[in-house]
Amino acid sequence: MRLALHAEWTKLRTIAGSYWLLFAATALTVGLSAAVSAGVSCSSSACNQDAAKTSLTGVYLGQLMIAVLAVTAVGNEYSTGMIRTTFAAMPRRWLVLVAKAVLVGGGALLAGLLGVLGSVLVGRFILPSKGFTAAHGYRALSLFDGTTLRAAGGSVLYLTLIALLSVGVAALVRDSAAGIGVVFALLFLFPLVANAVGDEHLHRHLEQISPMDAGLAIQATINVHGLVISPWAGLGVLALWAMGALLFGGLSLQLRDA
Amino acid sequence: MTAGFGHLVHAEWTKLRTVRGWLIALALGAVLIVAVGALSAAGSHRGCNNGTGKACAAANAPLTGPDGTAITDNFYFVHQKVDGDGSITVRLTSLAEQAPLPGSGGAGGPDSWVSVTVPWAKAGLIAKASQNQGSAYAAVMATASHGVRFQYNFTHDVAGPPGTVSQSSPQWLRLTRTGNTLTGYESADGANWTKVGATTLAGVPSSVEAGMFVASPDYQQVDNRIVGTSTQGGPSKATATFDNVAVAGGWSPGTWSGGQFAPDGFGPLGPPATPFHQSGGTFAVTGSGDIAPGAGDPDNSTIGGSLIGTFVGLLALVVLGALFITAEYRRGLIRTTLTASPDRGRVLAAKAVVLGAVTFTLSAVACFVAVWWVGNLRQNNGFYIMPTSGATEARVVLGTAALLALASVFALAVGTIVRRSAAAIAAVIALVVLPYILGASAIGPLQWLLRLTPAAAFSVQGVLHRYSQVDAVYIASSGYFPLSPWAGFGVLCLWTVAALGFAWYLLRKRDA
Repeated sequence: MRLALHAEWTKLRTIAGSYWLLFAATALTVGLSAAVSAGVSCSSSACNQDAAKTSLTGVYLGQLMIAVLAVTAVGNEYSTGMIRTTFAAMPRRWLVLVAKAVLVGGGALLAGLLGVLGSVLVGRFILPSKGFTAAHGYRALSLFDGTTLRAAGGSVLYLTLIALLSVGVAALVRDSAAGIGVVFALLFLFPLVANAVGDEHLHRHLEQISPMDAGLAIQATINVHGLVISPWAGLGVLALWAMGALLFGGLSLQLRDA
Repeated sequence: MTAGFGHLVHAEWTKLRTVRGWLIALALGAVLIVAVGALSAAGSHRGCNNGTGKACAAANAPLTGPDGTAITDNFYFVHQKVDGDGSITVRLTSLAEQAPLPGSGGAGGPDSWVSVTVPWAKAGLIAKASQNQGSAYAAVMATASHGVRFQYNFTHDVAGPPGTVSQSSPQWLRLTRTGNTLTGYESADGANWTKVGATTLAGVPSSVEAGMFVASPDYQQVDNRIVGTSTQGGPSKATATFDNVAVAGGWSPGTWSGGQFAPDGFGPLGPPATPFHQSGGTFAVTGSGDIAPGAGDPDNSTIGGSLIGTFVGLLALVVLGALFITAEYRRGLIRTTLTASPDRGRVLAAKAVVLGAVTFTLSAVACFVAVWWVGNLRQNNGFYIMPTSGATEARVVLGTAALLALASVFALAVGTIVRRSAAAIAAVIALVVLPYILGASAIGPLQWLLRLTPAAAFSVQGVLHRYSQVDAVYIASSGYFPLSPWAGFGVLCLWTVAALGFAWYLLRKRDA
C-alpha cells in the first residue's frame, strides 16, 4: 500500500495541473462565496435566511474543480496509455484505485479546508453589512458555533466525497471527458429535474437521493427540521454514492482488460 | 469559400459521423431533451374543480383582458350605470394601506391590522364597459407611491404628476367620456385641470359602469437568498376617502352601489368586511386586489416549461463539442489533420461549421418534438400553457436549438484553447449551467449572472412580459429574464466569437 501511495503521489505531484486545479478550487470557492455574500440581502428579522449556507455557496463552484482533478487523475492514465504501465507495476489493481482515492481525496480535503475557511471569514465580514445583524437575529459567523462548525466541516467533507465519487466514476467509464460528463450530470440533473417536477413526493424523493442536494443539506443551519433530509443523513447519501462509484469502479478495473 | 473548404467540411463530417461515442452523445442529447421534459411533465399534476385532462387545463386558464394578456380584475367598485357622454369628478383626501398581522388574517378587528406601504395601491375613478371580468376600462387614479396615473385595458399605464394624497394635499380627479374616448384629468385645487391621458376604447357600449374604485395588490417584502428568493407578504387592503363627488354632462346622477368586482364578490382577503360608507358627500371606500396585468404569477406556465430538458441535452452536446477537438490532440490525429490542411484557421472553421450545423439541426428537431409532445402531456395533466404566436413559438424552438449549437461550438473553442477535454467541459459547464442555477431564482445583483455569462442565452425561452405597474417577483425561473431574447442570445454569441478568435490565434501560434 505504501508503495502504491508513493507511486500515485509521484504522478500527482509532478503534474502542474494538479496544483492549479487545487488552487482554483480554493480560489473559486472563496470568490463565489464573496460574490454571493455581497449579493444577498436581509431586510427584517423575518428574512429567514441561512447565513452560514450563504457564505458557503462557493462550494458549488469549487466542487467542479475538484471533480476535474479527480476524474483526470484516473482518466488521463487511460488516454496516455500509462494505465498499462501502472497495472504492470502494480498488478493488484484495486490498490491503485485506493491509493488514487486517498491522495485525490486528501488534496480535496486540503483545498476544501482552505476554501471553506476563507468563505466563512469572508461571510463573517461581509454579511453584517447586508442586513445579517444582531437586530435581525444574526450573530457574526463563527466556527465556535456548533451548527456553523457542522456546516463548514461538512462542506469540507462534501468536497472530499465529491473527489471520491469522481475517482470511482472515472474508473468506471475510463475516459476523462465522459467521466466529467457523468459526474456533472449526477450533480446537476437531480436539482434541475426536481425543480421541473410539480409532484411534491417525487420532488422530495429526487432531492433525497440527489448527491448534490442531499450532500449540501449539511450546510443548513436554520430550519433544519424542514429539510427533505437531515444534514448528516444527506452527507451519508453522498457517501453512499461515492462508495458505490468506487466499488463499481474497482470491480470494473479488476474484471476488464485495461 | 473555395472548394478546399468544402473538402475540409467533408473531412470533419466524416470524423463526426464515424466515432461511435460521438454519435451516442448526439443521440443522447436529442433524446434527453425530450425524455427529461416528458418525465417532469408526467410527474406534475394540477387539479381543478371541473373535469380532467385538457378540460382541466382550460379551467385553469388565467383571466384575460381585451388583448388576451393574463390579468387580475378584482377591486372594490362604487358604481352606477351611466349612458352616453359625461364626466365624473371627485376629490381624494386620503389613501392608506394596511395588511393583516401575521397569523391573524385580520379577523381580530382594527388591532389585527398594521400599516404597510403598498406602492401600487390605487384609488380613483373608473369607467368599465360591463360587469364582466376582463372587460375594457379606463381609469384615472392616485397611487400610494407612484403618483397620479391614467391606466386602461390592464396593460397600459400613463404617468401623471408624482406625489402622495393627504388631507393637506388632496388630489382632484376627473374622468370624461366623449364618444368612445375616455380622458383622465387631475388637479390640485379643483379649478386648474391638467390632462393625464386619453384613450379610445373600441366597442364600448353606450352605457357603462362608472364610479370610484379602490384596489391594493399583495404587499411584498422580497429578500435574496442563495438559490432563490424569499417573499414575505400577502393580501393587503387600502382605504380611501372621496368627497365632492360630481356626476355631470350627459351622465345623470343616480344611486351608488358598491361591491367587490369579482364573480363571487370575494377579494384576496375574502368578502369585503365593511361595505363602502357614505355620509353626506363623503365616501369611505376600502378595497383589496388589483386591476392590472397578471404578471409574475408562477401558475402562468409557458412554452419554455416544455423545454426543461435543454439543460440535459446541453451537457451531452458540450461534452461532444469539447471532444471534437480534444480527442484529436489525445490521439495525435491533430498532426495528420494539420498536415493535410496547413491553414489551421480553416480547420477550426470547418469543425465549427460541421458541429454547429449538426447540433443545431438535431436540437431543433428535439426541441420541436419536446414543445409539441411535452406540451401535450402538461395540458393532459391540467396545466394551462399561455398561448403564444407562431412567430414566438418558432423563436423559442429555434432559439433554444441555436443556444445548444452555440454552446457546443463554444465548448469546441474552449477545447482548442485548453486542449484537455475535462478542463474544457468543466469550464463550459461552469460558465453556462452554474450561472443559471445560481441566478434563475434570484433578484438583485445575482441577476447579473444572467446578463453577463453565456447563461444569458436562456432568455430565448422567455415569453412573458414584465410590467412596471405591477410589483412582482420577476425571476428567470418564472419565465422573466433580465435580458430580451435576442440580447441574451447575443451575449452567448459574443462569448463564442471571442473564444473562437482566441482559439484561432492559439492554434496558429502553438505547435500542435
